[in-house]
Amino acid sequence: MTHSQDIGSTRYVFASLKELLAKASPPRAGDRLAGIAAATAEENVAAKLALSDVPLKSILAQPLIPYENDDVTRLILDRHDARAFAPVSHMTVGEFREHLLSHATTADTLAALAPGITPEMAAAVSKLMRNQDLILAARKCSVVTRFRNTLGLPGTMAVRLQPNHPTDDLAGIMAVIADGLMYGCGDAVIGINPATDQPARIEAMLRMLDDIILRYEIPTQACVLCHVTTALDLMAKAVPADLVFQSIGGTEATNRSFGITLDMLGAANEAARALRRGTMGRNVMYFETGQGSALSAGAHHGVDQQTCEARAYAVARAFEPLLVNTVVGFIGPEYLYDGKEILRAALEDHFCGKLLGLPMGVDVCYTNHAEADQDDMDIVLTALAAAGVTYVMGVPGADDVMLGYQSTSFHDALFVREAFGLRRAPEFEAWLARMAITDDAGRLLPPAPGHRLVASVQAAAREREAAS
Amino acid sequence: MTGAPRDPWQGLGAQTPARIALGRTGSSLPTREVLAFSLAHAQARDAVHAELDRRSLAARLRTLGLDAIEAGSRARDRATYLRRPDLGRQLDDASRERMRIAVHGKGCDLALMIGDGLSATGVAAHAPALVGALLPHVTALGLTLGPVVIAEGARVALGDEIGALLRARLVAVLIGERPGLSAADSLSVYLTYAPRPGRTDAERNCISNIRPDGLAPEAAAHNLGWIVRAALALQVTGVALKDGSGGGVDVIGTEALAAPTR
Repeated sequence: MTHSQDIGSTRYVFASLKELLAKASPPRAGDRLAGIAAATAEENVAAKLALSDVPLKSILAQPLIPYENDDVTRLILDRHDARAFAPVSHMTVGEFREHLLSHATTADTLAALAPGITPEMAAAVSKLMRNQDLILAARKCSVVTRFRNTLGLPGTMAVRLQPNHPTDDLAGIMAVIADGLMYGCGDAVIGINPATDQPARIEAMLRMLDDIILRYEIPTQACVLCHVTTALDLMAKAVPADLVFQSIGGTEATNRSFGITLDMLGAANEAARALRRGTMGRNVMYFETGQGSALSAGAHHGVDQQTCEARAYAVARAFEPLLVNTVVGFIGPEYLYDGKEILRAALEDHFCGKLLGLPMGVDVCYTNHAEADQDDMDIVLTALAAAGVTYVMGVPGADDVMLGYQSTSFHDALFVREAFGLRRAPEFEAWLARMAITDDAGRLLPPAPGHRLVASVQAAAREREAAS
Repeated sequence: MTGAPRDPWQGLGAQTPARIALGRTGSSLPTREVLAFSLAHAQARDAVHAELDRRSLAARLRTLGLDAIEAGSRARDRATYLRRPDLGRQLDDASRERMRIAVHGKGCDLALMIGDGLSATGVAAHAPALVGALLPHVTALGLTLGPVVIAEGARVALGDEIGALLRARLVAVLIGERPGLSAADSLSVYLTYAPRPGRTDAERNCISNIRPDGLAPEAAAHNLGWIVRAALALQVTGVALKDGSGGGVDVIGTEALAAPTR
């Protein structure tokens, strides 16, 4: 369907909904690289004006990637809940923005609405929203998930402890875990990105994580972020795996480039649930996404990168994950050029994920060839905290020595807690108090020399040195 | 300056290069750590934006007895280079013409491209040493070496077009890596058999982390010599070469394959 918009004497014509969405997208490097961005600032706003009049129903009726060609499109349409959609089905995209921001729209109405919203509707409305709109609307959404603790409660923000090591050295990983726990981080997950995908190494890391969590009775969950097929093999061998990780994208071809199918994700979800390792709940999947992955894989079908990203959330929600995060600045400046584009993408992704009902975290991050620095990340993190982000990463000193990028640090998490009064997952916070790491208000106690957690890690490291 | 102390578990720092036990004042980093991080980031940023001094590099290659051709991609400046990887993979017209003039009748076994990539600092620091260390291997294998191309605004795949125009059986691309906070001067080498535009990263082999605290130039040259010999024997590079290596080649990152290390 063709869309058009007159501005003065100029008529802007958009040949399809796909083109309209791309040209209405706030400016970013990836859409320019793909050659689908608006040519001028005026065309960008003309596209937004035209988009504001598009009925939500018409978005549902016009799949951006044909149903027969793409299993993500099929997933989106086959699972669309017409009853949940009914309260907003008469609205245009512009009216939908106002509906989301209205005081009459609450956490409960948004939760009921989520199954009726498609990623394309979420992406469309986000393109008409300013950053402050994305913050307020996301803030209203409540998404609570459980495995060994409760994530996403109002007034809380969790942290993934990310103890990566360039060669997967177990003592090195343990040292960072001890550091992170002493800084009160790790309630979302203790999650290692392995340097290689070798099953024996992954197994050693999983056993070590299981041992720490059992020995100290930490109310949290572990994950080694290997490929889903590796995780399936390890679970079949009864290796203790809490969560199954996978990077996912918003088109079938993107997922193929990751070496996965939707069936594989379903099998992994069932296998991990069958282990019954969660004491509080059955959310066992951990997904990562990020704008630009579809274009990078040559799998975007001319769809703009933010809409592709929102479609990845439809994949995620089919498997009721414990955690989802968008790794927003990792991909590099050819997709998100600078701090402004990273901030915008972070707020869009967080909003779209929450609107679709996901426990949405954000890896607030950048690479050294992006036009960004720590000051930019402070603003992204602050904006996300205001938006009610479910969790962020915790990397010692913000410097990931394995992946070679900068994320948020243990100290950054303390900053957010102090600035916004945000607490940790309640079970984890109670554990920190029992371990004399925090006081009853959740504030870090002065570091005590010889704390038993640190002493035992040091002893283990000495044993390892003696053995080698 | 005394400042906020490090945490009592700073001894654990011996186990990892990660920034642990930093200490804190309230919720915030000690001044010492804020500034240490700033310095590391500044050095990485400077490396990304540094320009390659092609003339000085050419002079250093001449001392090795090598003639160099200067070339440039269609990415004219760093801002364009960072935004448009596609332009960094194509030669500009003048450079294309220079390749046509430089090509020897039957071509060569091995062409070298030295490109700035994301760290001209790494290229200036380590590329001449690597080329110098490689020459004995080239001689020992009895290979003909084409002209050395020094390319500005270069992505790895720029070597495909250069290799094709020079009619090279193999092209080795020496290129600056994306700087990390701990090392801003790393160099990588990518080797591609039968180079031509359109080759994918799965069709290359890579040796990375070439720098004083990583892989020394001599060791990198030894590995490269091994891959060159294997590539010419099997007439292939990339994933397919992994099978012929006796299991010594690991997959690194998503881009390509690493060389066997000793």
